[in-house]
Amino acid sequence: MTKIRSDREFRGFKMIERRPAVAELLKDRGNALVVAGLGSPVYDVFAAGDHDLNFYDWGAMGSAAMVGLGLALSRPERPVIVFTGDGEMLMGLGAFSTIAQHRPANLSILVLDNEQYAETGMQRTATGFGTDLAAVARACGIQNASVLTRPEEIAALQPMLRAKAGTLVGVLKIKPGDQPRTVPEREGTLIASRFMRSLAADQARA
Amino acid sequence: MSDQDQAIRPWQRDIYSVFKAANIQHVSYVPDGGHRGLIDLCADDPEIGTTVLTTEEEGVGLAAGLFLGGQRSVLLMQSSGVGNCLNLFTLAENCRLPLVLLVTMRGEFAEFVPWQIPMGKRAGAALELMGFDVFRAEDAKSVGDICSGAIDQAFYSSRSTAVLLSQRLIGRKNWSK
Repeated sequence: MTKIRSDREFRGFKMIERRPAVAELLKDRGNALVVAGLGSPVYDVFAAGDHDLNFYDWGAMGSAAMVGLGLALSRPERPVIVFTGDGEMLMGLGAFSTIAQHRPANLSILVLDNEQYAETGMQRTATGFGTDLAAVARACGIQNASVLTRPEEIAALQPMLRAKAGTLVGVLKIKPGDQPRTVPEREGTLIASRFMRSLAADQARA
Repeated sequence: MSDQDQAIRPWQRDIYSVFKAANIQHVSYVPDGGHRGLIDLCADDPEIGTTVLTTEEEGVGLAAGLFLGGQRSVLLMQSSGVGNCLNLFTLAENCRLPLVLLVTMRGEFAEFVPWQIPMGKRAGAALELMGFDVFRAEDAKSVGDICSGAIDQAFYSSRSTAVLLSQRLIGRKNWSK
């Protein structure tokens, strides 16, 4: 059997560095609520700076985008930013259809797409075999969905995450390879209660 | 009983009243004939958001996000959907977020499609295994009270709860037409 090899190096991608990109996107996050999906996005979001309004979704693979939808619907006044990976997004492609039912103006889903399962030995994902997650999102009814391949595009994306101008899907083609592990709180009850208390405190101040 | 007769049953109105009393603000579902009337009632209520899911798994993340954002929701599914969700349920367990499932049963009474039986037989045990407090409603008069208790237990005690709505309650599906 002939193995198909990744052609991403030949597609002219300069590719985005995940850590600086996530840090830049979360700079000046304002009152945004942030969901980080399991594996590397959890580490990336934590490395950008811990925050009470980060929800680290350490497990339940496939759930990050839907947690983001729930937050976006219940907190329409706040931007909601989901960081997930290509592996997790591929596990729940139907979420694009479900999100498109509501198209919340305040929801952004950013897929850190390295075309591999970085946590488990760099096996290729379906995006490495040609699945275009932004095209899937558009086909499901989320018009503002695009693939970003150059680091320069991050700066333009950053203010859009707080604009609440429509559901946004950004597929960031990031460099493959592992990052230094940065490990946030793992106890789910603490992550969730910190998040909810912080929201309630903001509400009380408002 | 025809599908038309399943439109809105009194016990479905009772569940809807319980939703209103408990301030349920969102209902998500993969549809089932047994949930049809309740889905219609919720869809017509401007104070209840509704989401049709492509798989029941999505409903777990959605319920978690809604609760983190301050809204109470309920997830409707058929017994087969329980099997789809198992690993997703760990999100609620790990974070101690309350999930409320109303599960219409298949595969347990006068079932015409044998393919429904394996998951129908195991849905309740699977929910127990995943840490849910499981209630079962057999007769129409007690449905509202049981759902009310399951919802209150979930939100008062931060528990995941499920009500199994028995296939006999829902009624035989008409296969003759």
